[in-house]
Amino acid sequence: MLMKRTIAALTALTIGAGGALAAESEGHVTDYKFPFEGVFGKYDQAQLQRGLQVYTEICAACHGLIYVPFRALSEPGGPSLSDDAMREYAASFEVFDEEIDDFRPAKPTDHYPAGTYPGAPDLSLMAKSRAGFHGPAGTGLNQLFKGIGGPEYITSYLLAFTDETKDEAGTIYYRNPVFSTGWSAMPPQLYGDDVEYADGTPATAEQAAKDVAAFLMWTAEPKLMARKEAGFISVMFLTVLTVLLYLTNKRLWAPYKPKKEI
Amino acid sequence: MSGIPHDHYEPKSGSEKWLHRRLPIVGLIYDTIMIPTPKNLNWMWIWGVVLFFALVLQIVTGIVLAMHYVPHADMAFASVEHIMRNVNGGHFLRYLHANGASLFFIAVYLHIFRGLYYGSYKSPREVTWIIGILIYLAMMATAFMGYVLPWGQMSFWGATVITGLFGAIPWVGDALLTWLQGGPAVGNPTLTRFFSLHYLLPFVILGLSIVHVWAFHSTGNNNPTGVEVRRASKEEAEKDTLPFWPYFVIKDLFALGVVLIAFFAVVGFMPNYLGHPDNYVMADPLVTPTHIVPEWYFLPFYAILRAFDGDVWLVILTDWLTFGVVDAKFFGVIAMFGSIIVMALVPWLDTSNVRSGRYRPMFKVAFWIFVVDFFVLMWAGAMPAEGIYPTIALIGSAVWFAYFLIVLPVLGVIEKPLPQPETIEEDFNAHYGDGAATGTATSPAE
Repeated sequence: MLMKRTIAALTALTIGAGGALAAESEGHVTDYKFPFEGVFGKYDQAQLQRGLQVYTEICAACHGLIYVPFRALSEPGGPSLSDDAMREYAASFEVFDEEIDDFRPAKPTDHYPAGTYPGAPDLSLMAKSRAGFHGPAGTGLNQLFKGIGGPEYITSYLLAFTDETKDEAGTIYYRNPVFSTGWSAMPPQLYGDDVEYADGTPATAEQAAKDVAAFLMWTAEPKLMARKEAGFISVMFLTVLTVLLYLTNKRLWAPYKPKKEI
Repeated sequence: MSGIPHDHYEPKSGSEKWLHRRLPIVGLIYDTIMIPTPKNLNWMWIWGVVLFFALVLQIVTGIVLAMHYVPHADMAFASVEHIMRNVNGGHFLRYLHANGASLFFIAVYLHIFRGLYYGSYKSPREVTWIIGILIYLAMMATAFMGYVLPWGQMSFWGATVITGLFGAIPWVGDALLTWLQGGPAVGNPTLTRFFSLHYLLPFVILGLSIVHVWAFHSTGNNNPTGVEVRRASKEEAEKDTLPFWPYFVIKDLFALGVVLIAFFAVVGFMPNYLGHPDNYVMADPLVTPTHIVPEWYFLPFYAILRAFDGDVWLVILTDWLTFGVVDAKFFGVIAMFGSIIVMALVPWLDTSNVRSGRYRPMFKVAFWIFVVDFFVLMWAGAMPAEGIYPTIALIGSAVWFAYFLIVLPVLGVIEKPLPQPETIEEDFNAHYGDGAATGTATSPAE
């Protein structure tokens, strides 16, 4: 009795307290569906490749991905470019080499260069450093059903721009109700048909936003698929072990715990 | 070692006798795992084994993580990302370690609540209790310093807030703060000393845990009735107990299995739920996060810390009476540490002669209010310190202190306890029938 009640109460609250940061943004984060959600969720390789294209053609103009090595693009569980495509892609970026004291085309072992635009945050971990869902009164219970919501936040943010702007000390800010302060220093980027997808998918603004959000989830959590697989195997083996232990325990105690006579 | 009479190890073969004369280590292990254990222990008595597992898990994963981690303000964050991306299995190890802290604290809170409910702290187990509180304090220090190591935003600002508490101590505060931080603010010297101590303290916890086990092996386990094991003779003791191995080892391992299924599901499927998104942003001394929130396991005490602001009359009065030495900030620090100190003193604050809460009707009510209070404080601690929340935290803090300082002392005097069973055997048989007494199963009537 004591245990049951305590466990129920503890689980309810521990989960709640974790997501207890309250976002001030009044904008609504839409619960977009992503293929990598859930216990069996996997990255969609085609989507990651499309997201990579959006990132390269649009985001990379200002932002960087300093924690992501180019070789990861051809590793399993990601966009899975062919080795040649990855090398060719890497070579299209210039990185600074201290040894020759000059810029040179990037090699697979190099990381993406840092962003060039002052103030543009690095995007490597963006999908894990933003929470889209908090739940009523900051209890974080929404997270249980919707997840933390980083990719959903990114998608919603990219699509939430209005036409309003304001000028503050010479800097233009763009109205974005999803952004924490409501005014973003980044201008709107996606209007639809901003890229032409190699796989022929219509590049609506929403499609592009979701694709790049999925890609950024991968840059933030490249081992997501390996992790879920390891988690699943662990849970399966532990379940078998626990059932065996239950039966052992039952048999062991049986002489001391005869069934009550009714 | 145990006060309960039982069989001891007898070396049989020549080599066993040889070793036993020189180092009776096999005997020590035998006596430890064969300790007579009250046979009526319920499922709340499993958390000790879960805690032992959590400690081993944290030490093993931590040692491997330390091989790849770089304790330097410029490189720590990137080295954690290196672990997440490039180290074989590193991502899983790190998530095991980070969520292992939560497992550790869930288990320790259930362990503490069990002790509080069944009066495990009462004579003659006060020393076990005090050592337990010391372990808990060491756990809090370890977890706090561990959270600083990834050098994210919440690491940095959490460290700033918590070390800042010591700065509130009158006269020596500033010097103490500089000494703790290793400089004028949280920075690289803070990170390196926290890394060093984060590595050291788990071994202190291990040592304390051994003493903790030693202490309750000397007194024998408490049990849900709170009635002591009869120990006039071995035969009598055997009616109340079963040896720890295999009966309780298997039971505890089964329970551990259930807990670990949930734990591995969290690690595998939602490893960041209990963390804070801001900690995936590298520490920046120039950007303060909107809400600085500690990990969930510190929230109740964080709420008590923040509850006593300058508007509370008790704080104003204390400030005035002490000529400003105890200001609002220092008052909060005293309250926070005081909330744990009163818990440490509970063996002497609880005046009831009845050990187990099972036979104390009024205590039961107070206890459950106290448990609810713990969660209310946890929730209030996660909320911004504005609006209604500081008031809720203040009421919660008052309930916390009232439980230990007023309710427990008074209840022992005014409460009329229910009748307790004479023996553990009686309680056990009441559950499982008389056939249980002899250990020979009677076939159920059908």
